[in-house]
Amino acid sequence: MVGEAVELEIPARAEFVALARLAVSAMAAADGELADERVDDLKLAVSEACTNAIEAHGAIATDERVLVRCWVDDTGLEVRICDRGPGFDPSELPDHPPVTDPARLKFERGLGIPLIRALVDVVEFSSSGTGTEVRLVMRHGGIGADQ
Amino acid sequence: MDLGLDVTERDGWAVLSVTGEVDVYTAPKFRERLIELVSDGKYQIVVDLEGVDFLDSTGLGVLVGGLKRLRSHDGDLVLVCTQSRILKVFEITGLTKVFSIHDSVDSAVAGAS
Repeated sequence: MVGEAVELEIPARAEFVALARLAVSAMAAADGELADERVDDLKLAVSEACTNAIEAHGAIATDERVLVRCWVDDTGLEVRICDRGPGFDPSELPDHPPVTDPARLKFERGLGIPLIRALVDVVEFSSSGTGTEVRLVMRHGGIGADQ
Repeated sequence: MDLGLDVTERDGWAVLSVTGEVDVYTAPKFRERLIELVSDGKYQIVVDLEGVDFLDSTGLGVLVGGLKRLRSHDGDLVLVCTQSRILKVFEITGLTKVFSIHDSVDSAVAGAS
């Protein structure tokens, strides 16, 4: 299946994150080129990115939707999650204390972006004051993240 | 999408069996249930994740918050999980070093007591 795309506009509410995961896993199943484990990794990354997008919309109380675009070509599967939130600088995310440090338990949040980076082959964040686009790529036959 | 949260007792431990998907939508119910247990004086809790189909960082946040809450009462929160796709989330985030993770409720209760 080459060159097929689906586009989903979800209301920026928590109950719609599952729908984004479902759309991406259905797309991956239709493509049939990614191992189940890698489809699970992509679903998790999409869930994290959509959660961040919804929280970004919540932060500025906008009722705009979050755009989830997913397409397949002969190299792999790509998902873009676009929000209209206030943006962020991915290079300035705070580091967590080491897991052996008792202070680590103060951090209940902030695990989403490290997870995304570990799970997909390519991740790119494009962020400005008017929104953020997260680009996630799983390559056919890829075996791990390259950044 | 329903999240199942069933509580049973085993050797003085409260066993919270979670089923379904834990994400930003369902995590608040999970957090509330853990807080209720602590409010009821249950300071030794096993969270059984064997019936969980999906868990993302919001679920991890609930578990970290629960562990912190229980430790402040000199209690503990231990996990049951053998599913590789769920364990992977703990491994990537380093939380395998924070949580005691067991392959059954029996071994969780025996190993942690």
